[in-house]
Amino acid sequence: MNVVVKLFAGARELVGKDEIAVEIGSGATIGELREHIFRQHAELRPLLPHVMFAIETTYCNEDTPIPENAVVACIPPVSGG
Amino acid sequence: MIQLTDQPIDSTSLLAQAHSPDAGAIVLFLGTTRRLTNGRETRTLFYDAYEEMARKELANLEAEARERWALTECTIVHRLGEVPLGESSVAIVAASAHRRAAFEAGQWLIDALKERVPIWKQEHWADGTTDWVHPTPVANQEASNDN
Repeated sequence: MNVVVKLFAGARELVGKDEIAVEIGSGATIGELREHIFRQHAELRPLLPHVMFAIETTYCNEDTPIPENAVVACIPPVSGG
Repeated sequence: MIQLTDQPIDSTSLLAQAHSPDAGAIVLFLGTTRRLTNGRETRTLFYDAYEEMARKELANLEAEARERWALTECTIVHRLGEVPLGESSVAIVAASAHRRAAFEAGQWLIDALKERVPIWKQEHWADGTTDWVHPTPVANQEASNDN
């Protein structure tokens, strides 16, 4: 399945785009998505170990499966306040 | 009440809304943009957010604070876009019948906001360079001393 991942702040700056499309097996987990991005986007490697992922605006962990057509977001360490 | 805004934060009006016959204590926290970070000079700051999720996380913080403390008012406002030096990027108002709950809730709210709400700060340094601020575990001590 094709997963579109929203990018923000430093991640968006490193890639130069608001989102990336990742082709990944059906039912893949967030952990597998992270590995895919690591392989396909060398520019994100310095930040990738520190980012969280959210599905439909909810933080999730590495073994969360990604539903079809889900909105996935890559959340670099936050610095509001 | 939670709000994301690209306008200056009017802390006077936020405070006015917290006044009530049930409140005996009102705590206001303002996070303001500072000129120097570890000796380096900032020209201005920009804030970006995953707005839809940030609103949801802020609403969760308000709900959790209201569950933990008996608050008569709980307000979190974060400004986005450019926040010039000396202006407020974030305002928190916690009001309760007695001061302890208001102080504790205010402290907890700003700490939790800095940990989990998807908002990011971009430093625009006086030397013309820019950096997104992404505190990693090693840099956490520094970040927690931010304001």
